Amino acid sequence: MRSGIIAKKVGMTRLFMEDGKQIPVTVLSLDGLQVVAQRTEEKDGYTAVQLGAGTAKAKRTSKAMRGHFANAKVEPKRKLVEFRVPSEGLIEVGAEISAEHFLEGQKVDVAGTSIGKGFAGAMKRHNFGGLRATHGVSISHRSHGSTGQCQDPGKVFKGKKMAGHMGAVRVTTQNLEVVKTDADRGLLFIKGAVPGSKGGWVSVKDAVKKKAPEGLPFPAGLKAAATEAPAEEAPAEGGEA
Amino acid sequence: MDLIAQLEAEQIATLGKDIPDFKAGDTIRVGFKVTEGSRTRVQNYEGVCISRKNGHGIAGSFTVRKISFGEGVERVFPLFSTNIDSITVVRRGRVRRAKLYFLRSRRGKSARIAEDTNYKAKKA
Repeated sequence: MRSGIIAKKVGMTRLFMEDGKQIPVTVLSLDGLQVVAQRTEEKDGYTAVQLGAGTAKAKRTSKAMRGHFANAKVEPKRKLVEFRVPSEGLIEVGAEISAEHFLEGQKVDVAGTSIGKGFAGAMKRHNFGGLRATHGVSISHRSHGSTGQCQDPGKVFKGKKMAGHMGAVRVTTQNLEVVKTDADRGLLFIKGAVPGSKGGWVSVKDAVKKKAPEGLPFPAGLKAAATEAPAEEAPAEGGEA
Repeated sequence: MDLIAQLEAEQIATLGKDIPDFKAGDTIRVGFKVTEGSRTRVQNYEGVCISRKNGHGIAGSFTVRKISFGEGVERVFPLFSTNIDSITVVRRGRVRRAKLYFLRSRRGKSARIAEDTNYKAKKA
């Protein structure tokens, strides 16, 4: 298990391939992605890395958080996320993760907060069919219809799909393909759509339901350390497989 | 320029396509790469461009309509498709609309488009 990353959704575009195919891609940007803290078995009872991304103004950061960032000797970050990793997968504090953390062609799971739709009806929220346009239906063309039986059971069952608040929840989309990586600018090109709006934060992890490809950098694809990374990943490969 | 526009501009530059100046109403010939088994050849498709969508960006596309064996055929091509070998303008048409969907309900004489004899290319 490797650490995931935090990325910012930039938007969508398309890529034309040499064989004439066009691929719809979402562009994710890794903006100052650094390790801010480590969670260890002795101290915290579990092992994880805390990553930070984006830039926050120092004067808008609370004093406590400023201290936290100062301990790690990193700039104040906008977004902090913890990723559980095994103890051998810990990354040293302050290390900067590059887009080459992922390989082209590998599958990833992307999680983000979906776009909020507000209070939505049953047709939009649960794909209900609604009522008929004619044949005596009045005013309730988009209603959900019946919600149950009669005096027995005499109640509406819990979990009945009805109108209500839709969106603005954490959504994970599994098995999306990494089409391209751009380490210089810190960009990931993911095939298809990812949850959330433009400018929103998403977390990208190796797909849990697909076998990891050979040659993934372990514990992470780091910037600057690109030269020492290949030597490091060779023994780790066996441990992961 | 935002990052997406920048990426698209870069991709257009790397694709290196030479798109001629054409608009709806022009008769154009599209050389489309067709792969049969292992070998590739170029198939020409000639007809009237009846619509252009999404401008000159990477998402741009155009629709070409022709009458093939008495049956109207329309094909939509992405402007920057790597399958397109060439686009040549055969004839400039004089039309007053951006989308010529009215041609679909016309046959024969009424479906003709007058030629623009003194066409001036727009300055880029």
